[in-house]
Order: sequence, then structure tokens, then C-alpha cells
Amino acid sequence: MTLWAALIATAAGCYLLKYAGLAAPRRLLDNPWLRRFATAVPIALLAALIAVEALRGEGQALAWDAARMGGLGAAVLALVLRAPFLVVIIAAAATTAVLRALGVG
Amino acid sequence: MGIGVAVGAAGLAFGTAAVTAGLSPAQSVFLSLFMFTGASQFALVGVIAGGGSLVAGAMGALLLGARNTLYGLRLADVLGWRGARRALAAHGVIDETTAVTLVQPDRESARTAFVTTYTVLGGFWVSTTLVGALATERVSDISVFGLDAVGPAIFLGLLWPRLREGDGRTWLTALLGAGLALAATPFLPSGVPVLLAASAALVALIGPDTEAGAPAGENRPEEVRP
Repeated sequence: MTLWAALIATAAGCYLLKYAGLAAPRRLLDNPWLRRFATAVPIALLAALIAVEALRGEGQALAWDAARMGGLGAAVLALVLRAPFLVVIIAAAATTAVLRALGVG
Repeated sequence: MGIGVAVGAAGLAFGTAAVTAGLSPAQSVFLSLFMFTGASQFALVGVIAGGGSLVAGAMGALLLGARNTLYGLRLADVLGWRGARRALAAHGVIDETTAVTLVQPDRESARTAFVTTYTVLGGFWVSTTLVGALATERVSDISVFGLDAVGPAIFLGLLWPRLREGDGRTWLTALLGAGLALAATPFLPSGVPVLLAASAALVALIGPDTEAGAPAGENRPEEVRP
């Protein structure tokens, strides 16, 4: 039940964040400090999430999974080539799966 | 429809990740239906999978979801809805709907684009989450499909356009965020290192305001990904 409560609370919070944007005065965007910080937060978070998820090991340990890293390398390549989002995702999963089938990682 | 298929692939991966983390299919679909913001959902189940605290997971999801507030600020005037319509539309304020809506020439086509993208994506996202969740319940080892690479690939796809249009500060923010999170991971409970990494955003406040008008990553919303 704790899990359900956390899921409901987080979902409600995410909704309120969206609603706050639609309902708040738009001139908030004119504050350069607020805008710069608010734009930078997702950049820091996304970079952190990429690093932590890519190097996730058992428990709190970090681990280098060669197959998974290969998959992310393929995703980077797809992004450099400006491939559609679907191709980026499939490249990552397929490369990881193939490398694993070949015994890498 | 192309964007719908891409979201469908992400939905499959989310259903898989959620069930692998220990959520039930009902809980997975609940998140896709009501939280309805992919990156936050992945962040939350990532923390749960790592055995981290629910509070840390929720905080990370909310911080990441706060970018939807920025999108809402931009969409408010374009859509011009009030009352119940605004409350309903708020649920659909995400990367893709914002990207598609902001490039429309007038309010009428903006509203149509918003509603179309919202309903198509929502349908794909929720139904593929269910399929992914149910399938994962029946497969013993999902790592053979490489789906553990999908979460980070999605975050990468979201970060990429921001880096491409950003300046040195953007890169510094990203590198510092990743470094802080990695350095803290062995010592702090799962989910907390990512929260700590948010402090790297303070780098953005250093130096003069170089971008007059729109900040990097937000000024070309058509490049924003799910």
C-alpha cells in the first residue's frame, strides 16, 4: 500500500506541476535567473540519470556492462546521425541484445 | 503517427522496466495513465528497482517533471483555455505535445495539434505500457532483449537537443551532474545521487545572460523528445 500511496502522490504532484505552468502568470518566464535555473535543472538531472542508469550494478555498486554501453554507443551514433527517436531506442536495445547474445558483457 | 510509434516503443520499455522494478501491471498502467510524463516515470521506477527510498524516487520524478511547468507557461497563451478545459489540458502538457503545438501558426491549429498529439500519444503510451508489463510478467529474463539500455537511451534522446543547442555552461552542467551522481552512488541510497546532481544547475547562474530571449533547449521546442 505504501507503494500505491507513493505512486498516487507522485502522479498528483506531476499533474500539479503541469497545471501550475498553464495557470501561472506567463511573465515568470521573463525572470532571467529563474529561467536559466529552470532550464538547467533537467540538463543536470538527465545527465545524472544517464550516468547512473548506464553504470548501474548490483545494489549501490557501479558496474561496466559492455553490452549495455555498446547499446548506448549505438544510441549516440543514431543521435549524431539525427535519426528519429524510434531508431535511437531500437538501436540501443538491439545492439545491447546482439552483443549479449554474442557473449559480451 | 511516427511520433506515436516511437512513444509506443518507449511505452513497451516502460512497462518492462516498471514490472522488473517490482510494480504490478496495474501500477505500471496507473503511472502511464495519470503521471503521464515518461522521463519522470522512468526515473521513479529506476529508483524503486535500485532499492532506493520512495521519497527519493518521488522527488527525482517531480524535479524532472518540473520542466512541464515551463512548457505550460509557454502553452498557456497559445491554447488560451480556462476552467475545466485548462484543467483537463494540463494533464497533456509534456515534451511532445508542447513541441507540436508551439510550431502551429494560429490558436485554432494549435488547439487541434495539441488535442491530436495528446490523444494519439496517450493511447499509444498507456496501451504499450500494459503490453510491456504483461509480457514481462511472463518472461523470466528480460536482459536478453537489451531493454535495460532503453531507459538511459530515452534520457539521452531528451538531453541531446539541449546539449546540441547549448553553450559551454550547458555541457558543464551536464558533466557536473553526471559526475556528482556517480561519485555519490556508492555512498547514498538509490535516487538521492540524482537529486544531489540537480545542484549542478547552479552552474547556469554563473556569468552573464548570453541568451537574450529563449534559453538553450527550450527555444526550439520542435526538437524536444518524449
